[in-house]
Amino acid sequence: MSQPRTLSQKIWDRHLVTPGVGGAPDLLYIDLHLIHEVTSPQAFDGLRMNGRPVRRPDLTVATEDHNTPTEDQDKPIADEISATQIETLRVNTQEFGIVHYPMGHENNGIVHVMGPEQGLTQPGMTIVCGDSHTATHGAFGSIAFGIGTSEVEHVLATQTLPQARPGTMAITVNGELQAGVTPKDVILHVIGVIGTGGGIGKIVEYRGNVFENMSMEGRMTVCNMSIEGGAKAGLIAPDETTFEYVAGRPNSPVGAELEAAIEDWKTLATDEGAVFDEEVIIDAADIAPQVSWGTNPAQVMPIDGVIPGPDDFDDPNLANTAARALDYMDFEAGTPIKDIKVDTVFIGSCTNSRIEDLRAAAAVAKGRKVADGMRTLVVPGSGLVKQQAEAEGLPEIFREAGFDWREPGCSMCLAMNPDKLQPGERCASTSNRNFEGRQGRGGRTHLVSPAIATATAIAGHFASPEDLA
Amino acid sequence: MKAVRIVQGTAVPLDRTDVDTDQIIPSDWLKRVERTGFEKGLFSEWRDDRDFVLNQEQYSGANILIGGLNFGTGSSREHAVWAIQQYGFDAVISPRFADIFRNNCTKNGLVPVTVSDEVNEQLIRAVEADPTLEITIDVERLTVEAPAVGLETTFPLSEAIQERFLKGLDDIGLTLRLATDIDEYETTRKPWMPAQA
Ligand code: SF4
Repeated sequence: MSQPRTLSQKIWDRHLVTPGVGGAPDLLYIDLHLIHEVTSPQAFDGLRMNGRPVRRPDLTVATEDHNTPTEDQDKPIADEISATQIETLRVNTQEFGIVHYPMGHENNGIVHVMGPEQGLTQPGMTIVCGDSHTATHGAFGSIAFGIGTSEVEHVLATQTLPQARPGTMAITVNGELQAGVTPKDVILHVIGVIGTGGGIGKIVEYRGNVFENMSMEGRMTVCNMSIEGGAKAGLIAPDETTFEYVAGRPNSPVGAELEAAIEDWKTLATDEGAVFDEEVIIDAADIAPQVSWGTNPAQVMPIDGVIPGPDDFDDPNLANTAARALDYMDFEAGTPIKDIKVDTVFIGSCTNSRIEDLRAAAAVAKGRKVADGMRTLVVPGSGLVKQQAEAEGLPEIFREAGFDWREPGCSMCLAMNPDKLQPGERCASTSNRNFEGRQGRGGRTHLVSPAIATATAIAGHFASPEDLA
Repeated sequence: MKAVRIVQGTAVPLDRTDVDTDQIIPSDWLKRVERTGFEKGLFSEWRDDRDFVLNQEQYSGANILIGGLNFGTGSSREHAVWAIQQYGFDAVISPRFADIFRNNCTKNGLVPVTVSDEVNEQLIRAVEADPTLEITIDVERLTVEAPAVGLETTFPLSEAIQERFLKGLDDIGLTLRLATDIDEYETTRKPWMPAQA
C-alpha cells in the first residue's frame, strides 16, 4: 500500500512533469493560467524578446481589473498610464490568441471572482496567476498560488513551473460558530492565531465542520486570505457543495464527462493517517466578529474588544510592530473598538464582492441610512455579480440607504484606480490587506466582514448589525 | 539573468518586521509596463520621511539591504525585486522571507540571504554602529562574512537555485529542454479540464 497522503500532496503528485532530482525543484504542470493587466506586460515583452510563443493559449484566460474605474466604464479611462496598461493587455492577448474579458464585458471582473464564476476553476487543478490572492481558487480543492512576473512568463512559454515541494499544514476548525460570525471573521481569526508568517512555505488545508458547512463563496473568502498568513496556498477538500457549484457553468464538464469528473473529484481528500507538517486546531466557539486594528492582517481583535498596546505582546518583534502600527493608525491603547469613528466604508474586493457578500450587506442596509458624511463604495466583483444583484434589487436597497453602487473591479482594495483614501482617512473595508497606504497614501484600513462594514457605515463607528436600532 | 558569485559591500539596516511589498513599491508604480525605472519608487512613501534609513547619508552607496522578519510579505508584485535591484542592492538579508518574494529574487539575481534571528540582529547593530562595515556574501560557499566584527555564518540555497545564480541561467530555457516530457504529460491530463476554443 502506498503512503497515506494529504490532499495537497495528491494534487501535487498528479501534476509532476518531472520530479526534481538532487535538490532540484519539481517541474509542475499548470492547468489554468489567469492573467491581468498589472503583472503581465513585462512577461509578454520577454516572450517577444526571445521569440517564444505562448505554449497553451487555450489554458490561459485574461481579464482587466486592477486599474479599471468603477464609474463611467463606457468612457475611455482618464488616467493615461492606466489606460496604456490596459491597452497593452488587449494588444498582448490578441497577438498571442488568448481569451480576454475587457472592461464592460459581462464576464469581466476581478480575476478571482471571474475564474470560479466561469467554471474555469475546478477540483484537482493547478492554477496560477500573477496575483497573490490566487489562493482563492483553492476553495474548490485545487492548488492555486500567486506568482511573480518572471514566473508568468515561464508559464506562458512552457505551461509549467519549477517549484520546490511545499510543506503541509492543517488548520482545523470544529464546533459551532457564534451568531453573526461570517467566513471573513473565521479567516481573520485564523490569521491572528498563526501570524503573517505562520504559513510560509506551506500549503494550508482548512478542515473541520465549519468549512464543510460553508458555501463555496464562504470557502473562497477563507482560501483567498491564505497568503495573509504567509501560506503558499490554501485549499478545502471538494464535496457535494463544490460539485453543485461547478456543474452547469460555461467551462464545466457536462453529462457523462461530469459524472466521470465527480467520481474522480471524490478521491481528492486527505487519506486517513496522512501526517501534516503542522497542525493548528481552533474551536469555532472562540471566534468572534473581527476588526483589524493595525497594519498587517494578523493584527485583529473581536469587535467588542479594545485597541491593544505594545505591552500586550510578549514577543518583542510583535510589540515593536504593534507600536509602529498604533502610531500609523493614530490609536491609543485601550480605546474600545466600537468607539472608533470611520470616514469611509468599502464593500468589495476578491475577498468579499460576490453575491452572498452583497446580499449580506444589503440585508443590513435595508431600510436604514448611512451616517452623515460617510463615504461608501459598494463594488461588485464582476459583471455577472452586478447583473445578479440587479436582478435581486440590491442596488436600489443600497442607493436608498445612501450607499454608492459602482461597477466591477478591484477598486479601493489597492487604489490603483481613482477610488482612493485620503491621508488620515479611516476605512472599514471588506478587502484583505490593511498595509500602510494600501488603499491610498496615508489611509488607515480596518479589515471587516460585509455585515460589519455595512453596520459601521450606518452607525458611523464600528458596529455589528445587532447594535443598530 | 546575470551571474552572481560574490556580493561585497556595505549595508543598510531596515530594522522593521513585516515589510510588505506594498511598502517596497507602492501600487501607483505598478501601472508601468516597463521592467526598468523602479528605483525611484523603492519605499517611496517611507522615503518622504527625512529620517528614513535610505535617506541617511552614512548608508549611501550600500549594496546590501538588511530587513527584519517576514520580509516581502503580501502582494506578488515582482516590481518589488526590480525596485530593490535597480536602486542598487545586490542582496537582501532577513531571518525569514515571504515565499513569492523569495522566488522573485531568485528569478532576477537578487540574492536572498536567510540568517538566524540572532545573526540578523547582530548585523543590524553592527551596521548601525559602523555604516562602513564590509560584508561579503559568497553564493558559491553560501557564507556571509563581516570579518571586522568576527561574524561568519552560512545561509541556505537549494543547489538548483545556487547553480542558476552562479551561471546566470535562464529558467525558461532550462525548462524548454524538457519539452518532450511536457508533451508526454499533456497526453495524460484529465479530459474534462477547461480549455478555450
Ligand atoms: S481585489 Fe484586491 S486583492 Fe483581489 S485581485 Fe484585486 S487588488 Fe488583488
